[in-house]
Amino acid sequence: MVDLVDRSHRFAFVRDVATRWDLVAIVVVIGLLTFFAEASRGLFEPLLKLSSEPLSLDPVNLPFYAARTTLRMFAALALSLAFTFTYATWAAKSARAEKLLVPILDILQSVPILGFISITVVFFMSLVPGRVLGAEFAAIFAIFTSQAWNMAFSFYQSLRTVPHELEDAAASFRLSPWMRFWRLEVPFAMPALLWNMMMSMSGSWFFVVASESISVGHTNIALPGVGSYIALAIEQGSLRAIGWAIATMFIVILLYDQLIFRPLVVWGDRFRFDQEQGGHVPESWALTMLQRSRLMTALRAVFNAIIRWTSRKAPRPQLLLTATVTATRVGRRADLLWYLLLVLVIALAVWRIARMLIGETTWHEAAQVAGLATLTMLRVMVLIALASVVWVPIGIWVGLRPRATQIVQPVAQFLAAFPANLLFPLAVYGIVTWKLNPDVWLSPLMILGTQWYILFNVIAGAAAMPTELRYAAQNLGLRGFLWWRKVALPGVLPYYVTGAITASGGSWNAAIVAELASWRNVQVKAHGLGAYIAEATTAGDFHRIILGIATMSLFVVAINRSFWRPLYYFAERKYRLS
Amino acid sequence: MNTAPELVTAQLLAVENVCKSFPKPDGGELLVLEHVNLALKAGQIVGLLGRSGSGKSTLLRLIAGLDEPSSGDLAFRGAPIAGCASGIAMVFQSFALFPWLTVYENVALGLEAQHMEKAAIRKRSLAAIDLIGLDGFESAYPRELSGGMRQRVGFARALVVHPDILLMDEPFSALDVLTAETLRTDFLDLWAEGQMPIKGVILVTHNIEEAVLMCDRILVFGSNPGRILSEIDVTLPQPRKRLDPTFRELVEKIYVEMTSRRSGDARSARSERIPGSGIGSVLPRVSSNLLAGLVETVAAPPFNGTADLPKIASDLQMEIDELFPVAETLQMMRFAEVEGGDIKLTPEGMSFANSDLHGRKQIFARHLLNYVPLAAHIRRVLDERASHAARKSRFIDELEDFMGENDAEQTLRAVISLARYAEAFAYDDANEMFSLENPV
Repeated sequence: MVDLVDRSHRFAFVRDVATRWDLVAIVVVIGLLTFFAEASRGLFEPLLKLSSEPLSLDPVNLPFYAARTTLRMFAALALSLAFTFTYATWAAKSARAEKLLVPILDILQSVPILGFISITVVFFMSLVPGRVLGAEFAAIFAIFTSQAWNMAFSFYQSLRTVPHELEDAAASFRLSPWMRFWRLEVPFAMPALLWNMMMSMSGSWFFVVASESISVGHTNIALPGVGSYIALAIEQGSLRAIGWAIATMFIVILLYDQLIFRPLVVWGDRFRFDQEQGGHVPESWALTMLQRSRLMTALRAVFNAIIRWTSRKAPRPQLLLTATVTATRVGRRADLLWYLLLVLVIALAVWRIARMLIGETTWHEAAQVAGLATLTMLRVMVLIALASVVWVPIGIWVGLRPRATQIVQPVAQFLAAFPANLLFPLAVYGIVTWKLNPDVWLSPLMILGTQWYILFNVIAGAAAMPTELRYAAQNLGLRGFLWWRKVALPGVLPYYVTGAITASGGSWNAAIVAELASWRNVQVKAHGLGAYIAEATTAGDFHRIILGIATMSLFVVAINRSFWRPLYYFAERKYRLS
Repeated sequence: MNTAPELVTAQLLAVENVCKSFPKPDGGELLVLEHVNLALKAGQIVGLLGRSGSGKSTLLRLIAGLDEPSSGDLAFRGAPIAGCASGIAMVFQSFALFPWLTVYENVALGLEAQHMEKAAIRKRSLAAIDLIGLDGFESAYPRELSGGMRQRVGFARALVVHPDILLMDEPFSALDVLTAETLRTDFLDLWAEGQMPIKGVILVTHNIEEAVLMCDRILVFGSNPGRILSEIDVTLPQPRKRLDPTFRELVEKIYVEMTSRRSGDARSARSERIPGSGIGSVLPRVSSNLLAGLVETVAAPPFNGTADLPKIASDLQMEIDELFPVAETLQMMRFAEVEGGDIKLTPEGMSFANSDLHGRKQIFARHLLNYVPLAAHIRRVLDERASHAARKSRFIDELEDFMGENDAEQTLRAVISLARYAEAFAYDDANEMFSLENPV
């Protein structure tokens, strides 16, 4: 009976020297190390070098560019994770902070982050003047802003829904807060967090393309990376180079999906809280490899040792519950102070913004911007409606056929990850060649990348429809319009709404790049808030950037609150099949 | 058993005059435990028996240090309980295992929290796993285990910290009958042999037979507010046999105790004295199918109108938590009398049983509006209004003068369900509106 648990460790190094899986694992790990070494080369070189060593469209450079870009994305992901663990935890643990932090997160989640890039670039460049590092920070920060919010939100929601009995068990076995965090809260949040990390990674490609090559006013920065490569290709009008870039991205997405996310998702499956043996167990060859190699066992032991060691060092749990009770009594006064402070901070912020805008912009301009925002809103709504008409029936058709789902679902998810801004040059080319109206024909670009959210959510909804329900509908002889109206559409509604919200938010963001697109030296412009912000960015006019972003944020938040959110709750309450 | 003088000093736990109330949304306080006294001595298993809402689980949480009393004292080994004490461990109804930890890791967690040495943790964890019969399952994840095995992990996890008091919150109620019995027997064997590192046990249960089978002393709880109705010493020698006449007698006695008028809702009895009110009692959500089913069963042979509740419970395989609400709803609607552990149909109850669906609905509607004050109240409001419609929030607000938020919601849901069967008034959940759209 003794030592059963530790036996694997003891005999591990005696058995044989190396299994096949160990060899593969070593190759992969060394490969990763090389990649990091390659990618971080040149970080500390002065900015001048960037201009003396210009980017080249030669595809030979693409692996290096791709490595740099990927490194940036993962650096941003690590940052997002750090942000998630601190910000979301604070929001979930402190009722006082929660009141402020959660709405902030909600707003950040729905405002057009793309508009902020120009502002942050200047900030980071001034932090590390004259060095590439500043531009790197700016790019990483831009990518971070496209990844962090939904991760933090998911983590916050998980923390709020930790089952009571597990919390009681943790308390009754006197786990310290630190131990609780790593042994209960993080594992519980893991599946949702992983899923959101994947979504974030996909979404951030769009920003990579937009953030690596930035020009604010007179400053032009092009960091080596796929995004800059694409920008250069657009500038020089090289369709071939665009093709190479697309191929590179495809390979990179495939690689990190297979090597990193699939293993993570499979591994994360063990943290699912519903205790029943799941029907569908995801698989990953990379995880199998890692698990069968001893390297992983060793790594895991190290990780556990760290948790154990830090748990030992962490303060012991408070024995006195009464402390918290007196805290709530004292809390009244602290609450008052806290709110007072908040009011002050908000007043200060309003004053600063107002002063900045009032001096430089007029009511006339504000009204004009509101008009432009209405135009963009109209575009987004029409496009979402059109995309829904196309993709909902197709999604339902696919979702009800398991074999079709298996083929279409990954493709749709890949297309959602694919940065649609890569295809913009083609559209500009078309508009210029056939002399089309940009107000109409630039619009589809806004939804090019985001429509897939509708498709794959609807597919998921249709696939999740209970088989018995479908049989019952068949048995009752429901078909045609009646079937769509009473069975299919209500069945996928909650999923559709989720997809449409994501698509709508993404489209607003995309407006900033889609309403003002260029190919070589030709620029095509549609009337809208996106074009306004893009133009202000190019001109380095911060007053107009802020006015534009503030207006867009207001519109997005207002639409979310008045339309999407009620619709979401309605769909969840009435149509969620559980 | 507690004759020797040294056992008096071995008092493990003393609960004195404990009250617990929760704040209500309107700012008032809702009393859930009223002046509870309890003493646990070494070598005893004390059972807290009562229906849901009788505050027994709240009391257990107070003892565990997961919550604190509004007034009164709790002392463990003579020292006041403040926060989770290291000498008290708990077994949960839903197991509360960490699904991402293996059996071994789950068991070891409590020791890790105490910052023990790794070797000592392993030794003690494996010993606990061994004791509770989980050998060979060390590396399994909880989801791979059956309910019975999961609860064994729950026991091992509690025992590994060597607690003086083991708290058990309905530990067998999530298991099937056979598994539950196996676990009970195994537990009692280990207890009798003194193999477990514990000195006393508090068992929360709503299963009367389980309480009689396992406990040395049973505290019967009444609801609203939760309070101790009576204390029953069980002196039958272990191992006890369910079919033993003394055992049956004791079960019958507790049934009588729990169905006596004073066990019920003390607060509603109080409010009934105030003229014009009476909507203040918490109603359980009971399906009309269950009501009709119980009436039919009692009306049919062999019962012919009068049935022994323990017999009905075992015939229908219902726990008291399921059976009592049905019986009490029938009593409230004057379809039956529940007294002395028996349920007896009234003449109206018999005629309900013998009617067809339409006739049943008519009788049901008449009784609902005559004897359920809340239903009558809602109907009156709807009748008086020109629009014949009223918001749900209106009634929720009224109910919350008498009860907590959840109870108000549950009570209104219960009345809605009864009224729908009776076709007394309609309710539209999407708009949260009551109306007379399809009255009788």
